[in-house]
Amino acid sequence: MTAVTAVSTPREVFDVRRIRRDFPILSERVYGKPLVYLDNAATAQKPQSVIDAMVRSLTVENANIHRGVHLLSERATRSFEDARAAVRRFVNAADAREVVFVRGATEAINLVAQTYGRTHVGAGDEILISTLEHHSNIVPWQLLAEQVGARLRVIPMNDAGELLMDEYVGLLTPRTRIVAVVHVSNSLGTITPVGEIIAAAHARGIPVLVDGAQAVPHLTVDVQALDCDFYAFSGHKVFGPTGIGVLYAKRALLEGMPPYQGGGDMISSVTFEKSEYNIVPYKFEAGTPNITGAVGLGAAIAYLERLDWPAAQAHERDLLAYATARLAAVPGVRLVGTAAVKASVLSFVMDSVHPHDIGTILDQEGVAIRTGHHCTQPVMHRLGIPATARVSLAFYNTREEVDALIAALGRVREIFT
Amino acid sequence: MSDLRELYQEVILDHNKRPRNFRAIGPPSQKADGFNPLCGDKITVYLRMAGDVIEDVSFEGSGCAISKASASLMTDTIKGRTLQDAEDFFVEFHRMVTSPADEPVELGRLDKLAVFAGVREYPVRVKCASLAWHTLRAALEAKQDVVSTE
Repeated sequence: MTAVTAVSTPREVFDVRRIRRDFPILSERVYGKPLVYLDNAATAQKPQSVIDAMVRSLTVENANIHRGVHLLSERATRSFEDARAAVRRFVNAADAREVVFVRGATEAINLVAQTYGRTHVGAGDEILISTLEHHSNIVPWQLLAEQVGARLRVIPMNDAGELLMDEYVGLLTPRTRIVAVVHVSNSLGTITPVGEIIAAAHARGIPVLVDGAQAVPHLTVDVQALDCDFYAFSGHKVFGPTGIGVLYAKRALLEGMPPYQGGGDMISSVTFEKSEYNIVPYKFEAGTPNITGAVGLGAAIAYLERLDWPAAQAHERDLLAYATARLAAVPGVRLVGTAAVKASVLSFVMDSVHPHDIGTILDQEGVAIRTGHHCTQPVMHRLGIPATARVSLAFYNTREEVDALIAALGRVREIFT
Repeated sequence: MSDLRELYQEVILDHNKRPRNFRAIGPPSQKADGFNPLCGDKITVYLRMAGDVIEDVSFEGSGCAISKASASLMTDTIKGRTLQDAEDFFVEFHRMVTSPADEPVELGRLDKLAVFAGVREYPVRVKCASLAWHTLRAALEAKQDVVSTE
């Protein structure tokens, strides 16, 4: 994939110690110990510049957008649309009108299922997803399948957590109306071959939605290079705030889709007989949007654009290799999810200690991880385990933090043996 | 910060490692399934009743140390007791694990069950300790539906 384009400010040399100072929460202490935040796949921390941008938005330019004649409304509108332009650059969309602001990846997928899906998927048709999906890329399609009498089919995976591509191609049938697949697995870290998946689907005229919630914090995403039809992600996993997310969709598809919700801002005229819908993307943005959230997301993207991104990625790869080796060396620990190509997410189980107990003990040592099924119950079912402990890293994590994790796991063994 | 040993007391670790009454009863007079969607803990509680006396009680399932030990100690406690006793234990246990952490524990008849007072310091773990009890109650009422902690 190509690098992020249109960087307006010079990049800084990557220095993790300096980077950490940009994220005020990373200097917090919990239970009297330094916070070791290894739950980035649940939500990423926010740099001060994001916090400042949101405060500024509320302090000096709070107004409703797209309709005020006054100065504040003009400022707020400009900031909101600047954020849209930042998202366009971030995923390299061809046009800012292909960027729809939503609450998060979940809403983006529901939007596609209920608009594109309701008009293109019918009785007896097939929707193809994968075993790796988060519940947010399963349930919206189940709802649609129930509504229209379609059938949900699933690409299987191997024990390492890699999708079986031969099986995938066999699952593309004349009844397949859409493929919806995750880019990076939130529970196992697998990076799926979305390029190949899209090419195979397109060869049969089938559109593809990519759930990129876990990909955007780790990878460079170029929707034009991928040629995906829809791409969904959440702001809060990419160092922005919660409550704001993005649906990227090719303009021709967006133009043909019926509205998702009705209300203000999504119309151009309303009478009691009929409403004319606004142009895209506004047609899909009914009601006052999360203006502050969009501004925060724009600031997060600006922050990432100032980073030496290739160096940040190299740092993360080093951390992943280091954490993988250290975890694998802990007696009784078994890594779950060992795909050849993966992002810095490490799921594991430990002999005779339930992940929930691991999580509680680590927490007391200041180490924040996630435990449970990670909203991927079919993945757990496929692997025959009820839950895992999950460490998910970001570019601001350090080897020392991995060491703190390993030391805390020693405490788990101490208590349980 | 409370000491982790307050949560993971020896009795709890012992019952986690060697759970008592960890088996099915076949055929049970009543049974119920419990599920904690937060962590994926699953439990089935089996009962064999003789009139209003719990003649035998057992459980199966997978879960964390707290939920497993809680189920184990629960079965130990209520075996041979009456329906009313079991209900009283449920109420007292529930009151204990949901009372504020800085209040002294009213032991009442809780006896060994008092080892779970430590979960009060860990709000997300209260459901682990109470899953078995909610499932027992469902079994006593012979509810066929899966009970959930949510």
